[in-house]
Amino acid sequence: MLTEAKMIELTTTRHNELIDPFLQVWGWEIPVYLFLGGLVAGMMIIAGYFFIKGRDEGHQCICYQIPLLGMALLSLGMFALFLDLEHKAYVWRVYTTFEIKSPMSWGSWILLLVYPALLVNFLLHVPAWIGDRLPFLKHGSQKIQSINNIKRHVGKVNLVLGIMLGTYTGILLSALGARPLWNSAILGILFLVSGLSTASALVHMIARERSESEMLARADNLFLTVELFIIALFFIGLLSSTEVQISSAMLLLTGPYAAVFWVFVILMGIVIPLLIQNLSVSHRIQHTAVAPIMVILGGFILRFVLVQAGQYSHYLNAHFIK
Amino acid sequence: MFDSLRHTAAHDGYGVKMDSISRRKFLKIGGTSLALTAAAGPLGKAAAGSSRENVRGVQKIPTFCDLCFWKCGAIAYVEDGKLWKVEGNPLDPLSQGRLCPRGSGGVGAHFDPDRLKYPLMRKSLRGKEEWVQVTWDEALTFIADKMNKIKAEHGPEAMALFSHGIGGNFLKHLFKAYGSANIGAPSFAQCRGPRDVGFRLTFGEDVASPERTDIRNARCLVLIGSHLGENMHNTQVQEFSEAVANGASLIVVDPRVSVAAGKAKYYLPIKPGTDMALLLAWMNLLVSEKLYNQAYVDRYGFGFEQFAAEIQPYTPEWAYPETGIEPELIRATAREMARYLPATLIHPGRHATWYGDDTQRSRAIALLNALMGNWGVKGGFYYPVSMEVPAYPYPAYPHSDRPKVDNPDNRYPFAHEVNTNGIRKATISGVPYPVKGWFVNATNLIHALPDEQETIRAIQNLDLLVVIDVIPAEIAGWADVVLPESVYLERFDDLNVEWFREPFVALRQPVVAAPHDQKPNWWIAKKLAEKLGLGHYFPWKDVEEYLAYRLNTAGLDYGRLKREGIIRGEKQPVYFAEGVPDVFPTPSGKIEFYSLQLAQAGFDPVPKYTQPAPPPDGYFRLLFGRAPVHSFSRTQSNRVLMDMLDENEVWINQDIATRWGLKSGDYIRLKNQDGVISNRIKVKATERIRTDCVYIIHGFGHNARQLTYAYQKGASDAQLITRYKTDPIMGGTAMNVNFVTFELEA
Amino acid sequence: MARFAMVIDTKKCVGCMDCVVACKTENRVPEGFNRDWITTEARGKFPSVQMEIRSERCNHCDNPPCVHCCPTGASHVHTLGGVVLVHHDLCIGCKACLASCPYDARFIHPEGYADKCTFCIHRVEKGMDPACVSVCPTHCMYFGDLEDPHSPVSRLLMARRYHAIAPEAGTDPQIYYLI
Repeated sequence: MLTEAKMIELTTTRHNELIDPFLQVWGWEIPVYLFLGGLVAGMMIIAGYFFIKGRDEGHQCICYQIPLLGMALLSLGMFALFLDLEHKAYVWRVYTTFEIKSPMSWGSWILLLVYPALLVNFLLHVPAWIGDRLPFLKHGSQKIQSINNIKRHVGKVNLVLGIMLGTYTGILLSALGARPLWNSAILGILFLVSGLSTASALVHMIARERSESEMLARADNLFLTVELFIIALFFIGLLSSTEVQISSAMLLLTGPYAAVFWVFVILMGIVIPLLIQNLSVSHRIQHTAVAPIMVILGGFILRFVLVQAGQYSHYLNAHFIK
Repeated sequence: MFDSLRHTAAHDGYGVKMDSISRRKFLKIGGTSLALTAAAGPLGKAAAGSSRENVRGVQKIPTFCDLCFWKCGAIAYVEDGKLWKVEGNPLDPLSQGRLCPRGSGGVGAHFDPDRLKYPLMRKSLRGKEEWVQVTWDEALTFIADKMNKIKAEHGPEAMALFSHGIGGNFLKHLFKAYGSANIGAPSFAQCRGPRDVGFRLTFGEDVASPERTDIRNARCLVLIGSHLGENMHNTQVQEFSEAVANGASLIVVDPRVSVAAGKAKYYLPIKPGTDMALLLAWMNLLVSEKLYNQAYVDRYGFGFEQFAAEIQPYTPEWAYPETGIEPELIRATAREMARYLPATLIHPGRHATWYGDDTQRSRAIALLNALMGNWGVKGGFYYPVSMEVPAYPYPAYPHSDRPKVDNPDNRYPFAHEVNTNGIRKATISGVPYPVKGWFVNATNLIHALPDEQETIRAIQNLDLLVVIDVIPAEIAGWADVVLPESVYLERFDDLNVEWFREPFVALRQPVVAAPHDQKPNWWIAKKLAEKLGLGHYFPWKDVEEYLAYRLNTAGLDYGRLKREGIIRGEKQPVYFAEGVPDVFPTPSGKIEFYSLQLAQAGFDPVPKYTQPAPPPDGYFRLLFGRAPVHSFSRTQSNRVLMDMLDENEVWINQDIATRWGLKSGDYIRLKNQDGVISNRIKVKATERIRTDCVYIIHGFGHNARQLTYAYQKGASDAQLITRYKTDPIMGGTAMNVNFVTFELEA
Repeated sequence: MARFAMVIDTKKCVGCMDCVVACKTENRVPEGFNRDWITTEARGKFPSVQMEIRSERCNHCDNPPCVHCCPTGASHVHTLGGVVLVHHDLCIGCKACLASCPYDARFIHPEGYADKCTFCIHRVEKGMDPACVSVCPTHCMYFGDLEDPHSPVSRLLMARRYHAIAPEAGTDPQIYYLI
């Protein structure tokens, strides 16, 4: 609307791979990682909440299923992250320093702490089929359970690390001010809430206790509603900013990414599952996997479209015509 | 290269006879230098190469560039025996130590994986690009046998040489020794010929190359059909930029908003083909308002009154409907020029073969400069000077009774260089006598001459076609024998005794060894001469002996030249005010505003305007030009330069593009008025060009399959130039007379 | 303390790409990649077209986001002149720096690390100008220390009008284009 056809011919002789004609440094690997990271972060917060509120009595508590699944999902995400690297042999260099201004450095160290947290959480209740095969885990489990108030502590640590993990994935993008679409502080909160919503959806599906499942569905509805609100704030912020931000917002609202955004992120990722889940928590319809799966897919596509559209958004006047 | 009377003696070594006694004496005198060169090895190449390859660290070897014909002094850097980069030689007056992008990318010529590597002989039909590799001896023996046969059957004049650049000097010498003076380069009839003839007819002298334009000191610079900045002749661009930075008033006339037009104070978006009308209107205004340099014209002009009378009808109002330039703009720009005279320079351009009246148009430019009073004056045209380096004392060349073949009956009475198109026509027709053999060196005739079918027809009439080149370009595909030449970084060439603002001599010497079996042209010429029984025309053992001899005779130290690359001479006067004699070698001895010799030959004594034919409906005039990173069709195999620009684009006016449903980045084909369809070419939809023409960069659209990287990248303008108009005064082939339409992809 | 910068006179620049070629050969930039490039801006309708031609590269910003976002410290500010450089053996190739640059000045070298213009620091430390500045046939490029009031760059910025590219991106770029 505001930025089309300004009668400026901008040409460049540059032809760098991944950079021209527009930035394409991150493909599917980063969205997958961001999604899984957010998902695991949400799961940790949920587990943490359960522990802190003392709702961990039953052996079927979801808080005991979360850590193993979380470690698996997180490992998948980190593997995707590793695949994205162009200088893989040097990956260990992230752990030779802490760069305080780099969200990626923060993330590397947070992840380093998340694994032990999840491991300790896991050790609180080792399932029989694992414990029988690996008795040292059973032994460790007993040792940990003997620590005073351990569950409360684990809960707090999980909660805090989960919030950090979920938020940092958004800050990872928002710190890259050169991409106007990402240049919004709200991305941190958005990814956190989206992570909570996808985690709630997933955990709701796999929870064995009916009451937990119900509670998580209600929580998910809350998170989805808040997420809608945050997305609205995100766009309000961009649209009331400068020309480059406005045109970047339009990429999603009316531009090349609009179809994916409106259909898969908003409609099928939030609004329709919200409606379905509202009906199911008020017992008008059965709980099925439909809504949660839509939420989970919507969460992934949110990351995917933000990463792609963000790379397309550009500070200078127009995309170069070579 | 230009060949005006003054320069012939210095360059061509005519007629210095040497008997055997004095030759022996010479050998004795030259003993020391011979010993040195003997130590260096008979070929120079092997020794130079291997000694460099084993040295650790960085070596800097001076030479001069060959990416175009400017011959800028360069310094090549070799690190650990491997060629690293090429920079300018700070001693070089032409480049001032800074090469243009082509020169900076010269390493790409050495590393080009597609370059010619071994002598080749045609295996099947001409043009099928099927060859068999042979030894040098086989190839040269074959050629010598054929040449001897041709000489016996048709006379030595039946062999013609097309050679462009200083690399051909030894081949030219061979041809003259063999007995043929049919030696030409496309630079005359396909490029700057009309310009030089137009200026000769006016001032008695050529514009020359490097152009004798004092751009650096111009306070007003007019570019009409010159795209300096995209045309990258180094000194010209450096001086252009200097003038702009010094606040020179820039007037640019171009159907396209060129880079220069983007910097202009006045930009005139002229309708293609109407430059003559604008020039006449400018002159009309300057004369009628008495703004021209009256003192200068009174002193040096001949026939001014008749000239003034002839141009009286050409008012700015008359020129407006022809050119599309408003009368007030014509007036304003003429007055602007007058404001700064005599330091107002109307650049004569370089490639001048446009519409068929190009000599007259160049003469109009010369006359406009004469009205400024800038010939021989600072800010206008200076008198180039050179060092005195005697030619090598060769035996006299055999005398020929027959005239050169290119200009039968002296049809083009004012052509002072050989016309390549004339050689081609004679090869097809056999008139005035048959031409049965061609050597083509450092010019890709398929891209250089208009109407490639005519070139191919001529080639099919030949008994022998030899191509001596560095890359397997289109012309090589038609050859019977292809001889791989080493690139400039790998060889010695003739001395460059340049004509410029200040005198200097430059050396080209090997920097690295040729990677395969490529040989320098001096070796090829000498070996072939020996096989032809003409070895006595190459009496020196190797080229260093030749170079050292010439330099020593001039009182210059060869060793110093090898180390420094350039030896500069004392500054000499270049302006009248500095002492250059203000005499003009014209029939009248003055600047000919009215040319009696033209009138006597049946041509217009004062230029007249011819309206160009309009494009057919739906067609656009095809214009072409240069890119600063490429030279003609010879650099599209250079990977460094192709990394800068690997295809050309067709510039189409934005409104026209929209009407055709095209946008930048689309690929289309161009179809010309004769139905010839080009290769795919990318569209550049832009506001920077008129609606009645399109523009592409020359040299792309290669269809030589051995040029693997260049193959079919972009489109070839040469392929679309099927029609040309012949300039009646000097025989130049005007090429801006073709029209194209667009063939969209499905 | 020095602050290196480049000043480029767009009035003189003809966009010939000599700077690009010289950089390529001097620094052995791999085929297909550009550390510097030419940007042409044309505004207006024929025949009233205004043009600006710029030789562009990494701006060696004084507030470099590429340095801030690097998780390993590979991307860093050199001890001399504020030049932004990359330690190849610290780089993991995460490409955050590529995404963080508003000028898209970086690229991934075929060997896997992030690469870009280095202001030819290897030449500057020997008292020479960067290759692009040294080669420019129109003499439109200048390099020097902004903290030295007598350097060519300081003098030009006092005498002529200039602009930087997208200063609103907030990175404080140190390449100035004279207009």
